[in-house]
Amino acid sequence: MKPTNIENPEHFHKVIDCQFACPAHTPVPEYIRLISQGKYDEAYAINWESNVFPGILGRICDRPCEPACRRTRVEETPVAICRLKRVAADNKNQATSFTPEVPDKKNGKKIGLIGGGPASLTVARDLLLLGYEIDLYDDQSKAGGFVRTQVPSFRLPEKVLNEEIDRILDMGVTTFFDTYVDNIKQIVDKNYDAIFVATGAPRGRDLPDLPGRIDGNESIFIGIEWLAAVLYRHVTSTPQKVIVLGGGNTAMDCCRMARRLGGEDVQVFVRSPRSDMKASPWEIEDAEEEGIPIVDNHSPLEFVIKDGKLTGMNFEKMTATYNNDGRRTLVPAGEPSVFVPCDLVLLAVGQQNAFPWITSESGIEMNKRGLPIVDKVTHQSTVPNIFFGGDAAFGPKNVITAVAHGHQAAISIDLFCRGKSLDDRPAPSTSLISQKLDMHDWLYDSNVSEDKRSAVPTIDKVKSLHDRLLEVELGYGKKTGHKEAMRCLNCDVETVFDYSTCIECESCVDVCPVSCINFTENGDEEDLRDRLLAPADNRDQPLYVSAILPTDRVMVKDENVCLHCGLCAERCPTASWEMMKFTYNSAQAGKK
Amino acid sequence: MSHAHPNFRHPKQPENDAGYTRRDYEGAISTLCAGCGHDSTTNAIIQACFELNVEPHRVVKISGIGCSSKTPAYFLSRSHGFNSVHGRMPSIATGANMANRDLLYIGISGDGDTASIGMGQFAHALRRNLNLNYICMNNGCYGLTKGQDSATADRGSASKKGIPNPYESIDLCELAIELGASYVARGFSGDKKQLVPLLKGAMAHNGLAFIDVISPCVTFNNTASSTKSYHYVREHIETTNTFDFVPLQQEILTHYDEGTSQEVTMHDGSIIHLHKVDSSKDLTSRQKAVNNLEKEKEKGRFLTGLLYVNPQIEETHDLINSTLYPLNTLTEEDLCPGSEILDRINSALR
Ligand SMILES: Cc1ncc(C[n+]2csc(CCOP(=O)(O)OP(=O)(O)O)c2C)c(N)n1
Ligand code: SF4
Ligand code: SF4
Ligand code: SF4
Ligand SMILES: [Mg+2]
Repeated sequence: MKPTNIENPEHFHKVIDCQFACPAHTPVPEYIRLISQGKYDEAYAINWESNVFPGILGRICDRPCEPACRRTRVEETPVAICRLKRVAADNKNQATSFTPEVPDKKNGKKIGLIGGGPASLTVARDLLLLGYEIDLYDDQSKAGGFVRTQVPSFRLPEKVLNEEIDRILDMGVTTFFDTYVDNIKQIVDKNYDAIFVATGAPRGRDLPDLPGRIDGNESIFIGIEWLAAVLYRHVTSTPQKVIVLGGGNTAMDCCRMARRLGGEDVQVFVRSPRSDMKASPWEIEDAEEEGIPIVDNHSPLEFVIKDGKLTGMNFEKMTATYNNDGRRTLVPAGEPSVFVPCDLVLLAVGQQNAFPWITSESGIEMNKRGLPIVDKVTHQSTVPNIFFGGDAAFGPKNVITAVAHGHQAAISIDLFCRGKSLDDRPAPSTSLISQKLDMHDWLYDSNVSEDKRSAVPTIDKVKSLHDRLLEVELGYGKKTGHKEAMRCLNCDVETVFDYSTCIECESCVDVCPVSCINFTENGDEEDLRDRLLAPADNRDQPLYVSAILPTDRVMVKDENVCLHCGLCAERCPTASWEMMKFTYNSAQAGKK
Repeated sequence: MSHAHPNFRHPKQPENDAGYTRRDYEGAISTLCAGCGHDSTTNAIIQACFELNVEPHRVVKISGIGCSSKTPAYFLSRSHGFNSVHGRMPSIATGANMANRDLLYIGISGDGDTASIGMGQFAHALRRNLNLNYICMNNGCYGLTKGQDSATADRGSASKKGIPNPYESIDLCELAIELGASYVARGFSGDKKQLVPLLKGAMAHNGLAFIDVISPCVTFNNTASSTKSYHYVREHIETTNTFDFVPLQQEILTHYDEGTSQEVTMHDGSIIHLHKVDSSKDLTSRQKAVNNLEKEKEKGRFLTGLLYVNPQIEETHDLINSTLYPLNTLTEEDLCPGSEILDRINSALR
């Protein structure tokens, strides 16, 4: 292999597994280290800059970072990255303002945002800082989008939501609430320099053809609409027996909400096997914790109506078969159907995009699936000054993806307004800084904690089931937060090798607890991966290869399970290994 | 500064046939200087024990005094150990070995510990062909006491102090061959590919296996003027042979051309295959082995690899006809066979 070029930021970027997996590339190890030092304000600020909603995401993020965490490759559980974000948000100084200066002098460009969810708010924040004027349109009375209308307060208290949303609105967004845009022409006619559409995936799927659907209409609700109705107190109670259909996070929110509004016997029915459920494992656990059975492999057959009233549902039992390439088919198990009595059914069987307000005369072209044709990188639609982001762009995803979209769209809008090519995107800003204090002392805490992941304390169940506004999770306290933060393996502190001073004593090889380092004859990647000291079969993690050494060998390090413990650098007599902190900040609008 | 080794290991760390992972052969974190050759030698020992499926609790580590003699703390923490006095490793090893012949003995010493204060002990252990793996970590100096020249420092070699050594050096391998060791090898801490098989061969060998491991002292004797620096050794190394160690019960898969290879069957049935550069070198002849060493020395080269092996020589227990069983397994009946036998012995002595 050719010697690794560590000047290319992508090498070490990949080594920081969590940051790499995060759609917004939040500098996770850095904020965790700050938490371990009790610097909550700084930890919060790093998050806010990158993901805009630390307090919100610290509660409800889908956490793609956690399954990626390096710790899962050396022990069972990842660092509680998400809950640590909340530790920063909960413990930051209430008096600290995290709002940076918004320029008084505007740049003369005006942007219209349609939809007030996380994607739009991210665009607003990024562009306000550059002197843009922002108008925001939403059909609700408050901003936040689905994070407000769909996510129940017992998972995300309104106070936390308001704090982070108002911070952006207070930066100078002109809002037009309770304004449903029924034709995009209304906005186009206002002659904005650019328009950003982030209206989510507002339509909950129905089961219109299931027998009994029409007759039972009074007792059958679309999950997301029902949750919004609860928020606005149009719904304040449920009957005792409730069935929730669906296996995603919305289904989990619906069933847990039903438990709080009087549902004693709440059950979730899922067509597929449990292992295929879309909901996050922790959401499923929380629902079960509240005494809600999740019944899998049951496909709905009909709503049973007696005397014009819903009395229950019939289900058919299914079995899943998998063909050679792992594709699943569900087939009836051939057993008699199962009747389950109930007084209320909530449908949480998926969400769809809907753009009845975007007509063909707008020039925005749609694809076969009814989604706008949008560039994956620039977020530009077929109309040059109209951009899309969030669930509205590529279908339902999650909040952190919407934030990442917002950043990218803001970059594009800024380039567009300045007459630059949208492909001329700013590069991430990176730095590599030595952590050396002394022969054996580092600026970071190199000890590897062997503590297991700490559980998040929760409020008493009886209490929380009586009050839908009470947050279930209490969050880590400072002490547990510190302990959890210490579990982070500092994946941003990189081992940097200088082949020109190495005397090939192999002390580093000997001391490495996980056998990452090798001195061997060079070969191509396949060959090298095959004959390293320890199996190097995780292709998501790169090999780090040096130039040819005096013995005609090369140093090859498999980055896969390096603990960033610094022992190699401590044992090297010639300081050929050095621990250096690699900082990677994704580009944002206006950066060079 | 890290005082502890993290406990996490590679998730796919293999197990050997005895059910152990390499970690089971590790010890405490080393406190030697960063880059010390002794740490690499230690690791080669760990690797050899792992590959040979040695059971850690059936190993005894004994050492004298010196940085080298500290290393038993850094490997096989689940074995028996005794850190003795300067130069006295061989007598402690002899005593232990006499008491229990069933265990694997690893004696660790340094060039100071062996070639100066311990010379007398060394000579007699060789002479008796004690069943011991005698590993001398040779750095040409007294590392622990700040780098004074040792008796293995070459004439003219200068350590960090900068004063060339005026005396002739002692070649411990030559001595070992002459005084009765039955397995003699030289390795280099910086070449584990060669060192690990040499150690495995030694462990499979019955009798005194002496391994002189050139193991640079980075702190006091890794200078440009030293003949025991990493650089100098790499430049002047010569190898007798490459080496295949085929443990007992393993099929021999390689084909060896006649004349270029020598096969030596070890006591336990394992086989050593030597691929010789020069087929005239017979490694079972004492005289030729010494000649080989001298010839390379004249050229200013170090000869490494297996230098001499003779599995036929009897070890101490055979020589003194001692009991076949560890002393702690002997019963009262074994030890006091009755007055009839005592009478017989007494009458034989009259
Ligand atoms: C009886 C006695 N005399 C002298 C010493 C001082 N002393 C300690 S270690 C050592 C030499 C060690 O040299 P070597 O065996 O080569 O070990 P190294 O440190 O080089 O590995 C000496 C002379 C001692 N500890 N005990
Ligand atoms: S410890 Fe340092 S000098 Fe020794 S092999 Fe490793 S990098 Fe090279
Ligand atoms: S920091 Fe160095 S010693 Fe520690 S795990 Fe990584 S490569 Fe191994
Ligand atoms: S003084 Fe020399 S022999 Fe002793 S630990 Fe340091 S480098 Fe090794
Ligand atoms: Mg020495």
